[in-house]
Amino acid sequence: MILAMLNEAWVAIWANRLRTILTMLGMVIGVGAVILMLAVGQGAQQQVQASIASMGSNLFIILSGSTTSGGLRMGSGATPTLTVSDAQALEELPTLAAVAPSSPGVAQLVYGPNNWSTSVYGTTPSYLQVRDWGVASGSAFTDTDVRSATRVALLGQTVAHNLFGDEDPVNKTIRIKNSPYVVLGVLSAKGQSLDGRDQDDTVLVPVTTAQRKLFGTQFVGSVRFIMAQAISAEAMPKAEKGIAELLRQRHRIREGANDDFTVRNLTAMANTAAETAQVMSLMLGAIASISLLVGGIGIMNIMLVSVTERTREIGIRMAIGARGKDILLQFLLEAIIISVIGCLIGVLFGVGGALLASKITEMSVVITASSIFMAFAVAATVGIFFGWYPARKASQLRPIDALRYQ
Amino acid sequence: MVDAVITIENLYKDYVTEAGTVPVLKDVSITVEPGEFVAIMGPSGSGKSTFMNILGCLDVSTGGRYLLKGSDVNSLDRDELALLRNQVIGFVFQGFNLLPRANLEDNVALPLIYRGVKRSERLAKSNELLAKVGLGKYAKSRPNQISGGQQQRVAIARALVNQPQLLLADEPTGNLDTRTSKEIMALFSHLNKSEGITVVLITHEPDIAMHANRLVRLADGKIVYDGLVQHASAEHLEPTS
Repeated sequence: MILAMLNEAWVAIWANRLRTILTMLGMVIGVGAVILMLAVGQGAQQQVQASIASMGSNLFIILSGSTTSGGLRMGSGATPTLTVSDAQALEELPTLAAVAPSSPGVAQLVYGPNNWSTSVYGTTPSYLQVRDWGVASGSAFTDTDVRSATRVALLGQTVAHNLFGDEDPVNKTIRIKNSPYVVLGVLSAKGQSLDGRDQDDTVLVPVTTAQRKLFGTQFVGSVRFIMAQAISAEAMPKAEKGIAELLRQRHRIREGANDDFTVRNLTAMANTAAETAQVMSLMLGAIASISLLVGGIGIMNIMLVSVTERTREIGIRMAIGARGKDILLQFLLEAIIISVIGCLIGVLFGVGGALLASKITEMSVVITASSIFMAFAVAATVGIFFGWYPARKASQLRPIDALRYQ
Repeated sequence: MVDAVITIENLYKDYVTEAGTVPVLKDVSITVEPGEFVAIMGPSGSGKSTFMNILGCLDVSTGGRYLLKGSDVNSLDRDELALLRNQVIGFVFQGFNLLPRANLEDNVALPLIYRGVKRSERLAKSNELLAKVGLGKYAKSRPNQISGGQQQRVAIARALVNQPQLLLADEPTGNLDTRTSKEIMALFSHLNKSEGITVVLITHEPDIAMHANRLVRLADGKIVYDGLVQHASAEHLEPTS
């Protein structure tokens, strides 16, 4: 029965090919747009989320402050006001889970015939905790290494690859600014940061080693910045206040005077970025859905025309024994066939378009089964919803009126 | 005793128009026994088409009783009426009313779809009937590829596909020339005589009416003659238009 009705519906669709294709186009564009937009939106969202995850969670970055010398205002970090002992003092705050001072610089690395210039961070083992960074092979340096300023290094993936190729770097000796350093381990891959930098193009050494042996410092123990991790997202406002109070006290800043440091809440910035991406993704989806709605209205329009045009046919069918529900089913099936085929083509266009977009613009796109399934479900629903009214109208015609219709 | 195919008692039909209520059928009573061949004649506006539509369960009466094979038509809902049209009645129209897009075998098989018959059985049955009306080799043709007489044969095949007891024909020869009309009427006579199918048809022409056994003459919504064709007066057989 349903097979026969499907065939009847198909015959009617086939008889009006051009009209059907044009009607379908509405669905194709709607579904294609929804899938493409969801893919682009989710791609952007995923990229942001990956960057956030690679940064570490509940993060503060404390930069040494600006200074004014002879009327010239220097930028943030110009004055070395933060020290390793500031970092040690911050560790005592109950709202902070880990604190890592950091003394960055750029140096040339040499291993055998290879050499590579990269940023070298002098820091403490806490840095790995703060950044939520694991060691892929070998081991991290310890507090003992920091205390005795040993010449050891942890290599980022990019650095390891550029210096060693396929060779295992662990326990090999490299030269940084011509001094020998033992590679204790290789960090796990982190990928791009939010601003697009390669986070794996880096080397970690003990902060004391960096200060005393590699770069030297203007003042003993001074660091460029300190990274701190709060114990939880809820503790972040309290932690921010705690950091500021403690540092003002340690730096003997009078009431009313400006801070000589800046505390930045990285996670808040990241969350904003994530929310923006999500809102954008939703917006794209919503705009695309409108075209799906328009497609649905197109189906309803054409089905209404079809019912009017075929009133006589409906009358004939009723005269030879079609019940109202048979007529309803036939017209509903037509609407559903149009929308489902339109949807299938739309899925192809959407997926194809998304892949093409990612290829051309190197934008990351995410095509999930759920977004395809959703587009499909919506299309079928649109077909049923917008096909229902014309089909019902057809099924409720009185046989004699339908038969007499000219 | 066998039940009558049609029992109509005191049937009324009014049309409600803007100008008011127009009575079309007034107190019509008739009984048609199985195997009868009835011709209905009457001038335009006499209500014969309305009468036919009510007989065929396409329209409902305003008053009175209509028993079709013993079931009271007025008490049935739309779906039950559709079932009657599908299984008890076969329709033949003046304008043939075939589906232009479907080929002949699909046209003939159409009523079987609504009975849930399998496709292979449907096509077997429709081909059998097309052969019976002499159009076996045109099974794959479309209605617009054959002549009017042939189209009417297809319509008759379609009307017969569910083996109805009652064949209703509304001016079946109205669009056909004399020779073709004769062929079609011979087919109706054959179906009536050899297969025992009850036939009720509307016509304008006395020649056509002469094929029937019984003549019913309507005028102004009333039956003015009901009896054997042979006994009808020239006045009752007068052609109408």
